[in-house]
Amino acid sequence: MASRFLLIVTALAFMAVFLLLPLISVFAEALSAGLGAYASAIVDPNVQSAIWLTLIIAAITVPANLIFGVCASWCIARFKFWGRDLLITLIDLPFSISPVVAGLLEVLLFGLNGLLGSWLSDHNIQIIFALPGMVLATIFVTFPFVAREVIPLAQEQGNDEEEAAVTLGASGFQIFWRVSLPKLRWGLFYGVLLCNARAMGEFGAVSVVSGKVFGETDTLSLAVESLYGSYEIQAAFAVASLLAMLALVTLVLKAVLEWLNRDELNAVKRKRTA
Amino acid sequence: MSTEITISHVSRSFNGHIVLDDVNLTVREGELLALLGPSGSGKTTLLRLIAGLDQPDSGSIAIGQDDATSRHPKERGVGFVFQHYALFRHMTVFENIAFPLRIRKARQAEIKAKVEELLKLIQLETLAGRYPAQLSGGQRQRVALARALASQPRVLLLDEPFGALDAVVRRDLRRWLRHLHEEMHITTLFVTHDQEEAFDLADRVVIMKDGKICQEGTPIDIYRGPANPFVHEFLGESNHLAAHVAGGMVLADAGFPLGSAELPDGPVQAYIRPHHVVPVPAAQGAWSIARIAATGAQARISLTRGGTALEAAMTADELLEAGLHAGGAVEVMFTGGTIFGPDGAGPVRLNTQKSAHKLKVG
Repeated sequence: MASRFLLIVTALAFMAVFLLLPLISVFAEALSAGLGAYASAIVDPNVQSAIWLTLIIAAITVPANLIFGVCASWCIARFKFWGRDLLITLIDLPFSISPVVAGLLEVLLFGLNGLLGSWLSDHNIQIIFALPGMVLATIFVTFPFVAREVIPLAQEQGNDEEEAAVTLGASGFQIFWRVSLPKLRWGLFYGVLLCNARAMGEFGAVSVVSGKVFGETDTLSLAVESLYGSYEIQAAFAVASLLAMLALVTLVLKAVLEWLNRDELNAVKRKRTA
Repeated sequence: MSTEITISHVSRSFNGHIVLDDVNLTVREGELLALLGPSGSGKTTLLRLIAGLDQPDSGSIAIGQDDATSRHPKERGVGFVFQHYALFRHMTVFENIAFPLRIRKARQAEIKAKVEELLKLIQLETLAGRYPAQLSGGQRQRVALARALASQPRVLLLDEPFGALDAVVRRDLRRWLRHLHEEMHITTLFVTHDQEEAFDLADRVVIMKDGKICQEGTPIDIYRGPANPFVHEFLGESNHLAAHVAGGMVLADAGFPLGSAELPDGPVQAYIRPHHVVPVPAAQGAWSIARIAATGAQARISLTRGGTALEAAMTADELLEAGLHAGGAVEVMFTGGTIFGPDGAGPVRLNTQKSAHKLKVG
C-alpha cells in the first residue's frame, strides 16, 4: 500500500515539475506586465504576420502528409512490391536526422549555389528564404507522423474487409471511401494531430531556410527566439503562450473526439485485448 | 434462373506450388454442399475462385448459364462469408447489413425494411446499434451471413463458417443454418475441415486432398464406402492393420484372423473402426486390456496383443454389461471393416460372422 502511494506521488511530482510547472510559468511570464502588454505584444504586426505564416505552413503541410500517409499505407498494406522495405525505412529518415541537417539539405538543393539553384534563379523562382522553402522543410520534418500512425494499423487490419466489400458489389472507389479510409480514421486522426503540432512548432529546419526576416519569414517559433534574443522577454513569452495554447487545444480536441466516439473506441480496444 | 455452379478443369498454383489440380465439380441448384478436406487441400482457394477474389490459371467457372470466369466479383451474384467474418469494424450491425444496399443506392425506406427483415432472420434485432467488436463470435457470424444475404446473391459461399466458435455455439448455429437453408433453398457451398460438421449439415459432401477431389457423394454413401485409405482415415478414427488374403480369408500380419473378403491372395491394408472391434472376456484370451477411458456416454478400450495395439469403442452401458476391466484377458471379434488392395485399390468390405448377413459387400 505504502509503495503504491509512493509510486503515484513520484509520478505526479515528476509530471508537475517537468510538465505542469513550465506550462504555468509560460503563461505567468507572458502576463507578468498585465493583460494590456500581453495584448499589444500579440497584435504587433510582425507577430500577426508570424501567426499567419505558421497557419499557412500547417495548412499546406498537413494535407500533403495526410495524402502521402494514406497512399503509403495503402501500398504497403495491400501490395508486396520491390522497394517496399526500403520505403518503410525511408519514411523514418526525418525522425533520425537532425532538423538542422534537414534544413541544410534544402539549402544544398535549392539555394543559390545549390544543385537546382541556378535553374531556379534563371526562372525567377525563390524557394530558399521564402515560403516554399519553409513549407518543404516542414513537410520533410513532419513526413513520418501520419504514415507512422497509419501503416501499422493498415497492416494489422489486413485486407479482409476490402475483399468482403468486393463480394458485396462495391467498386474500387466505393471501397476506398466507405471501407479503407474509415477503418483507418483513428490512425489518421492521431497522425494529423501530431503532424499539425509539429508543423506549427518546428524550429530547426525552418530556421535554416527562412532567413528570419521579422515580419516576413518568421513563424511563431522563430518569432519567440528573435524576440527573446532582443531582450523582449515578456513579448517572447506572450508569443510562446500562443504555441502553448495550441498544444492545449490539440489535447482538448483529442479528448472531445474520443469522448464523442467512446462506444466505437471502447469496442475496438476490447477487441484488441480479447 | 438456374443457380447451379459448374467448375470445369480448374487449376491454380501459387509460386509453382499446385493448389488446385484440374478440379471438376458441379454444385446442384438449391443444394447444401460441403467441401471437406485437411488444411492445404485447396478448398478455400476453390471458394475464392468461385467468388472471383482470385483467378484460375486454367479452366472455367460457370454460375447458372453464364460463364463467370472473367467476370468481376460484383457481377457474379455471389455471397461470401469469410472465415473471420470480415465485418466492417467502423460500422454498426445495422450499417454492416445495409452496406450492399447502400452501394446500390437503394432508397432509405427500402434499406430500413430490408435490414430489419434480415435482423429478424438472424434474431439480432436488439443489437442493431452495436459494433462488431461488441458481439460474440456466433453473433458476428450471423451478421456476416445477413450482410451476404442482403446483396441477394444467387449462390452463397461460406469459408469455415463455424471454425472460430466453441462447441455449443457451433452446434446451435449449425442447426440454425440448416433450418435457414431449408427455408431459402439458396445454392450453398461451404468449406470445412470438420468431418462431423460436413456430414451433419450437407446434402452432399466433396472430399479434397492435395488440390484434387477424392470423392463426392451423400454423407452416408461416403461413410459406407470410402474411396481410399485417406478418406477412410479422414472420416474418423480407425485401426490400421497390415494384413494378407489367403484363400478368401483375411489374416492380420500379426497372426490373427479378421474375417473374409472376396479378394485374390496377396497383401492388403485393413481399416477397422473402433466400434467394429468387440472385446469379449475370456480367461485364456490372447488380448489384454491396457486401459479403459470412459468419456461420458462413450467408452474407449485400448487392447494389446504382443506388439499389436487396437482401439475399441462401445457405449458406457455396453461396457458395464460386458464386465470388462483394465488388465483383464479378452478375445476380440470384428464386426466390420474395410479392405484396400496394395496400391489403394478397393475398397472391399470385410465380411465377418456378424456382418455377413447384415451388410452388402461394398
